[in-house]
Amino acid sequence: MPGMSGRMSTVIKSKINKMLDKAEDPSETLEYSYTKQMELLQNVKKGVADVVTAKKRLQLQQQKLEQQVVKLDTQARQALASNREDLARTALERKQFAQNELQTLDQQVVELEAQQQGLIEKEQKLRSKLEQFRTKKEVIKAQYSAAEAQVKIGEAATGVGEEMADVGMAMQRAQDKTENMRARASAMDELEAAGAFDDNLTLTAGQDDIDRQLHELTSGSQVDDDLAKLKAELGSGSAASPALEQGKPAGQPTQDGQQ
Amino acid sequence: MIVRIATEDQYRLPDEDAQRLNELDNEVVAAVEADDEDRFHALFEEMLALVRSDGRKLGDDELEESDVILPPPDTSFVEAAQEFTGDGLIPD
Repeated sequence: MPGMSGRMSTVIKSKINKMLDKAEDPSETLEYSYTKQMELLQNVKKGVADVVTAKKRLQLQQQKLEQQVVKLDTQARQALASNREDLARTALERKQFAQNELQTLDQQVVELEAQQQGLIEKEQKLRSKLEQFRTKKEVIKAQYSAAEAQVKIGEAATGVGEEMADVGMAMQRAQDKTENMRARASAMDELEAAGAFDDNLTLTAGQDDIDRQLHELTSGSQVDDDLAKLKAELGSGSAASPALEQGKPAGQPTQDGQQ
Repeated sequence: MIVRIATEDQYRLPDEDAQRLNELDNEVVAAVEADDEDRFHALFEEMLALVRSDGRKLGDDELEESDVILPPPDTSFVEAAQEFTGDGLIPD
């Protein structure tokens, strides 16, 4: 298709042409672009490592959040059993928030997984193309006159150059995404440090800033549903002193009937 | 004709597909200009699907320049506004 050319390919082509124009000796150009490409291959490896690191961090955070969900659920039950509905509500709101975060994290981990795989495949492809380029360059050096070689090199270099630019672009996008995730992860760490997922629920519910934020962030209806469910569960069981249920040895006689 | 989907792969397509691709390209430009994000995504997906289904992936030993380079599959609407302007990716 003569005349068809994407904006990006035009940019790549002009860069390569500039590179070719600068070199007087074709074989020098070949060596130069080959070296450049090998450098890029190292960058791709680093890019893959970055993605792996980001993924590990997210997975750690996933684990922490999963533990928080369990803990907050237990706390909500304890609070409700002690007739502290306000605290139970706060715990459930936090649980809801943690669950929402967990969902986002799950998606991000899947996304990173795909990116990691994509970059690995790209690295292999670039490696093959470079090998092809290396072979070609030896043939060109041996068989062609300087003028012909210049043209042949141009063709091969554009082909491999485009591949190179594409890997570079894939890497850049992967890095941008992991950067965004890192920022989000830091924000979560800060929230956690500020007490959003504090161990004890002794704060007065709804009084501090975090609680206000949580009220805004979590859907009230879901929390209401959870609360109703918990009440039903506790109501149908031993309603009198469920707060002690967790720590109570199995064999100890209950006093349920007496209260 | 050779089409690259940026960050994905290079495909060899029958030349007949050029016209359809160009039509889609123009429609995408129209969608972007109309600020219609849903339509952009639908059309762009169609472009990608056309290339993937009709195209044959280039082998690792083929060092070819692309005739057309499509933006990455995960291109956002904001990014698209910079690529799909005027004549689009494929000059009319």
